[in-house]
Amino acid sequence: MHEIIQQLEEKRKKARLGGGQARIDAHHAKGKLTARERIELLLDPDSFEEWDMFVEHRCTDFDMELDHVPGDGVVVGYGTLNGRLVFVFSQDFTVYGGSLSETHAEKICKIMDQAMKVGAPVIGLNDSGGARIQEGVASLGGYADVFQRNVMASGVIPQISMIMGPCAGGAVYSPAMTDFIFMVKDSSYMFVTGPDVVKTVTHETVTAEQLGGAITHTSKSGVADLAFENDVEALLMLRRFVNYLPANNREKPPVWPTDDRADRMEMSLDTLVPDDTNKPYDMKELILKIADEDEFFEIQPNYARNIIVGFIRMEGSTVGVVANQPMVLAGCLDIDSSKKAARFVRFCDAFNIPILTLVDVPGFMPGTTQEYGGIIKHGAKLLYAYAEATVPKVTVITRKAYGGAYDVMSSKHLRGDVNFAWPSAEIAVMGPKGAVEIIFRKDIGDAEKIAARTEEYRLKFANPFIAGKRGYIDDVIMPHETRKRVCRSLAMLREKKLENPWRKHGNIPL
Amino acid sequence: MAQTREHPALNCALTLNSFSEDDDMFKKILVANRGEIACRVFKTAKRMGIGTVAVYSDADRDALHVQMADEAVHIGPSASNQSYLVIDRIVAACKQTGADAVHPGYGFLSENRKFAEALAAEGIAFIGPGVKAIEAMGDKITSKLIAEKAGVSTVPGYTGVVDGVEHAVKISADIGYPVMLKASAGGGGKGMRVAWSEEECRDGFERATNEARSSFGDDRVFIEKFVEEPRHIEIQVIADSHGNTLYLGERECSIQRRHQKVIEEAPSPFLDEATRKAMGEQAVALAKAVDYQSAGTVEFIVDSKRNFYFLEMNTRLQVEHPVTELVTGLDLVELMIRVAAGEKLPLAQSDVKLTGWAMESRVYAEDPFRNFMPSIGRLTHYLPPKESKNVRVDTGVFEGGEVSMFYDPMIAKLITYGNTRNESIEHMVEALDAYYIRGVNHNISFLNALMVHPRFVEGRLTTNFIADEFPDGFSAENIVHRDPDVPVVVAAVINQNFRNRSAAMSGQARGLSYHAPATWRVIIGDREAEASVVPQSKGYSLVVDGKPYEVVTNWKRTDALFKATINQKPVCVQVDREGIYYDLFHRGAYFRALVVPPATAELNKYMIVKEPPDLSKFLLSPMPGLLVSLTVAAGDSVKAGEELAVVEAMKMENSLRALQDGVVKVTLAEAGASLTVDQPIIEFE
Repeated sequence: MHEIIQQLEEKRKKARLGGGQARIDAHHAKGKLTARERIELLLDPDSFEEWDMFVEHRCTDFDMELDHVPGDGVVVGYGTLNGRLVFVFSQDFTVYGGSLSETHAEKICKIMDQAMKVGAPVIGLNDSGGARIQEGVASLGGYADVFQRNVMASGVIPQISMIMGPCAGGAVYSPAMTDFIFMVKDSSYMFVTGPDVVKTVTHETVTAEQLGGAITHTSKSGVADLAFENDVEALLMLRRFVNYLPANNREKPPVWPTDDRADRMEMSLDTLVPDDTNKPYDMKELILKIADEDEFFEIQPNYARNIIVGFIRMEGSTVGVVANQPMVLAGCLDIDSSKKAARFVRFCDAFNIPILTLVDVPGFMPGTTQEYGGIIKHGAKLLYAYAEATVPKVTVITRKAYGGAYDVMSSKHLRGDVNFAWPSAEIAVMGPKGAVEIIFRKDIGDAEKIAARTEEYRLKFANPFIAGKRGYIDDVIMPHETRKRVCRSLAMLREKKLENPWRKHGNIPL
Repeated sequence: MAQTREHPALNCALTLNSFSEDDDMFKKILVANRGEIACRVFKTAKRMGIGTVAVYSDADRDALHVQMADEAVHIGPSASNQSYLVIDRIVAACKQTGADAVHPGYGFLSENRKFAEALAAEGIAFIGPGVKAIEAMGDKITSKLIAEKAGVSTVPGYTGVVDGVEHAVKISADIGYPVMLKASAGGGGKGMRVAWSEEECRDGFERATNEARSSFGDDRVFIEKFVEEPRHIEIQVIADSHGNTLYLGERECSIQRRHQKVIEEAPSPFLDEATRKAMGEQAVALAKAVDYQSAGTVEFIVDSKRNFYFLEMNTRLQVEHPVTELVTGLDLVELMIRVAAGEKLPLAQSDVKLTGWAMESRVYAEDPFRNFMPSIGRLTHYLPPKESKNVRVDTGVFEGGEVSMFYDPMIAKLITYGNTRNESIEHMVEALDAYYIRGVNHNISFLNALMVHPRFVEGRLTTNFIADEFPDGFSAENIVHRDPDVPVVVAAVINQNFRNRSAAMSGQARGLSYHAPATWRVIIGDREAEASVVPQSKGYSLVVDGKPYEVVTNWKRTDALFKATINQKPVCVQVDREGIYYDLFHRGAYFRALVVPPATAELNKYMIVKEPPDLSKFLLSPMPGLLVSLTVAAGDSVKAGEELAVVEAMKMENSLRALQDGVVKVTLAEAGASLTVDQPIIEFE
C-alpha cells in the first residue's frame, strides 16, 4: 500500500509541474502566473478540489503518442470564493501552449455539466494557443462541445471568462458566449485572425495588442468588459466581482452586512444637477453616493461611456445600475450604448438582480453613421431588454427624459415598478427649443416670439409634473433622499413575482 | 475690560456691554464680497443681532454666503468685473434691501475710494477707513512719503518717479546694490525686479517699466534697497473716530509662494518685545497721520538684524486676521462694525495682550504636485476638521459646492491655536489630517509638509522659505513620514474589517464555508510587512513584523477618516478604496497599500512593474470637456506658450498652451472628442 501511495504522489507531482520547470520559469518571466497559481490566488485558501489530473490526450499522430503530460493542458475542478461554490478551469500554457485537445475539452465540459447540476458559476481562466493542430477535427469537435454547453448554461449559471494569454481563432467564441469577459493588459489578446493573416489578406499592419489587446476590446470593440494591469490584480478583482452574483438563476443575489444606513441623506446631491440644463455633471457621483459604502463595480467603463452600467449594493444586496452619463455625448443613446446597456439589463434579469435606472437622456444620437449602422435595431435591443425584464425595476429621472429615449429608459410603460423624478426632471417629447421650432414653425423668423414660446414650453413641459399628473411618475423626490427612497422601493419589491407568457424564446432584434 | 478666549472659532468677542449702549448700531449690513470672508462677517453680524444681506453672481447662486445671509441680491454675471466689482450694482442692492452699512471684506472693492464715496453719497456707512486713508495708502509712492513724514522707518530708496534708465542707474548707485525696482501701481509681485549690478539695473528697469505698463496701465517705477533674508511681519491696527488708535500685535506672513501668503502666524517667532513695541507705535503713528478709522494693517519687511522697514498699508480686513483674533481674544469684524457706527474702542493699548500662539494655513484648490496649478470643479466630498477651542475653519464652501474658475481658488482658512508655537503646529498637523477634500485637487499635503519642516518648526523663516526649501517645486519626495508602521497597521485593520464582512456573506456552501485568514502581507511601495490581526472588543491586536500594536477604533466602512489610537497614540488617516488597493493619506504623505495573504504576496513578486508613461511628454486635458479644436498636428514644432488645443468645459473655451518648446509626436484625440480629465491629447517627442 505504501508503495502505491508513493506512486500516486509521484504522479501528482508530475502533473503539478505541467510543462516542466523551464517553461514555468519562462512563463513567470513574462509576468504571468501558472494555471495552478492562478487558481490558488482566485479561490479561498486550500479550497480547490482538482479533477481529472490524470487525463491524457489520445492522439497518436505526429509522434504525439510519445508525449503525454498528465492533465493535458488544463486544470479543472471546484472550490470556494468567500465560501461560495464555483467551478473553475484554468488553461496551462506550459503544456502544448495550452492548446485544446479532445480530452482538454472533455475536462472543461465535465465541470460545466457538474456546475449546471448543482447551480454554481463557471469561471474560465483562458491562456491557450488555440486548437491542438495534431488532433485536427477532434479538437474542433472539442470546441463545439464547449460552445454548446456555454449556450445551455447561458442564463442558468453565471459564466465568466478571464483572458490571461492568447485566445485566437475559434477559441474566442467560448468566452464570447459567456456573461463577462475580463482581460489582462499587455499579456492577453483575442482575435478571430491574427496580425499575420490580417497583413496577408487586407495589407493592414497591426500589432496583436492593437488588434485584440485588452485596451482595444475594452474601449474600441466592446468585446471585453474590464482590463486589468496584471494577473494578481485581475484575479483579486474577479474575486470581488463574483461577490455580486447569485450562484444561479433560481437564487437571489447574495447579501452581506453593511455599515451604511438605508436612510442616509446626501445633501450634496441637491446641487448635483447644474442650473444650466446644457451643463454636464458626473452621474457616477450619484451612483456612488446612493450605493452602500461608496462602492460601485463598473462594467465596461471605457466603452460607450455615454451610458454607465455596473453593480452596487443597497442594504447589502446586489443591484444592477444603468445610468446615462451627461458628461459624454450629453448622455444620449447610440448604437454602442444601447447594446452595452441591453446586454447588462438582460444579464440582471436572467439572474434576479434588481435594476436601478438613472435617467438623463436627451434622446437618440442623430446622424448617418448611426442610421447606417442600424440604430433602429440596436436601440430596440435596449427597449426589448427593459420591456422583457421581470426583475424589480426602479427608475430615477434626474434631468432630461426626452422623446423615445424616455420610453426606453425603464419607463412606467415598460413595467417600471417604481418611477421617481427629481424636481429638476424634464419629461417631454423633446427639449423646449426643438419643440417650439416645430409647433410654432411660422414664427421661426421672429426671435422674440420664439423666445417667449420657448419659455412658455419650458414652464409647461420642462418639469416632472405633467408626467406626474398621468401617474407615469410615482413621486417627485428630493435628490438628497434618493438612497432612502430607492432602498425602500427595493425592499417593497423584494418578493416581486412576474412572469412573461410561455414561449420557446422571444425574438430580440439581434 | 474682559476678554474671552473660550471659543476662538466664533466667539472671540469681547464682552459686549463694555461698549456704550446706543441705538445707532446698524440695522442691516450688506457684505460686498463672497466666499469665506462674507460668511465670516455674517457670523459676527448675526451674533450682534444685525440683519445680513449677501450679493451674488451667477456662479454663486448656491454659494454658502448666499445661504447664510437673511437676504440675497443677484448682482450680475459670474465674472467679477460684471458683478462684485460693479459699484452701482452694489449700491442698488443696498437701496433695494435697505442695508445701512456695507462691509467690503478683502479684495474686490475693499480698497476702492470710489466705492467708499458712492456709498457715502447714498448715506450708507462703509465699514472701513475714510476715503482719505484709502487714497493715501493706495499708492506706493504717496504712502511711503506719508510714512517717512510720520517717522516710520522706510526702505532706503528714491520715492520720486524715476526718469529713465540713466536716472535709475544713478539712484541705484546712491542707495547701493542690491536694489529693487517696483511698479508704482503694482502688487502681487508683478512689475518687480531685483538688480545686483548696474547692468542688471538697466535691464531690470526696462522690464519693470514694460510689465508695469501692460499689467497696470501705469509705467511709473520706483527704486529701493533690496532687503536680504527678509521676513514679512505686519502690524494690525484698529482706530475709532474718537482719536483712539491701537496696535493689536503682529502677524508673521513670511511663508509665501510667489508673493502669495500660504501660512501666517501670530505672534512672530522672531520679534522681541522692544521691536514689537517700536513697530506697533510706528504703525499707529502712520494710521494717525491719515486719520485712519477701522481695522488696517501696516506691512513691514524685517531683516535678519530686526531692522524693519515700512512696505505698505492695507486699508481693510486682512485674509489672515483670524490669527490676531485668536491671540488677542478680539473679534476684529465686530470692532470694525462698532467703530464704523461711531462707537468708541472699548479698550486701551495696555489692555492688548497676546496670549498663546495661532497659525493659519490657506487651503487652496490647486495641485501642489503639478506646480500648484489651480483646480476647479465640484467638491464631491468636503469634510472639514471639527471646530474646537484649538481649531477654527473659516470657509465659504460646502460638500456639493463648486470651486469656480471665476474667483480665487481658496477653499478655506484653517486656523489653530495653542499655548505655544509647537502646540499650535501640532494642532494644525492633526487638523490637516482630518481635512477630507475630494473632487478638486488641494494643497493639504503641501501645508502638512511645511508644518513638519524642521526649519519651519525652528521658526527660521524668510519670504524665500518656499523657494529655498523647494527649489524644484513640490514633490512626494519632499514629504517625510516619521512612522512607517502607521499605514501598515491601518491598512491591515481596514482589510481585516472588509475580509470579515466577506466571510459573513450569504449563500456559502455548507461544509465549505470561509474564514478570513488572520495573517496578511501588507505591501506599500518597497516594503512588505507581515501583519497578523486579531479582533478585540474595542479594536484589534496586531503584530507587524514582530512588533505588537493595540488599535482601538470604532471605524466603519462608511468613514472616510480612520480615527483610532495605535498603542495609545491617536491617529487620523484618510482612507479611499481604489480597486484592490487601499489609498491612505496621513501627515501629508500618500500610501497605496495592497493587503493579501502571504501566498498571494509571493506570487505578486512575479508581476512586472510597468513604467507609467512619462506624462511630461503629454498634453493632458485639465478638465472633462469637449475638444473644440487642435491647433497643431504631428510633426509640428511648438514654442512654449503657443496654443495647442481648445477644450470647452462648462460652456467656456479654455486654451491649452505648450509649457515648453517641443515637437508634436502624435495627436491622440480628434476635434469633437469628449475628454475625461487627464486624458492625453497630444504626445510630444
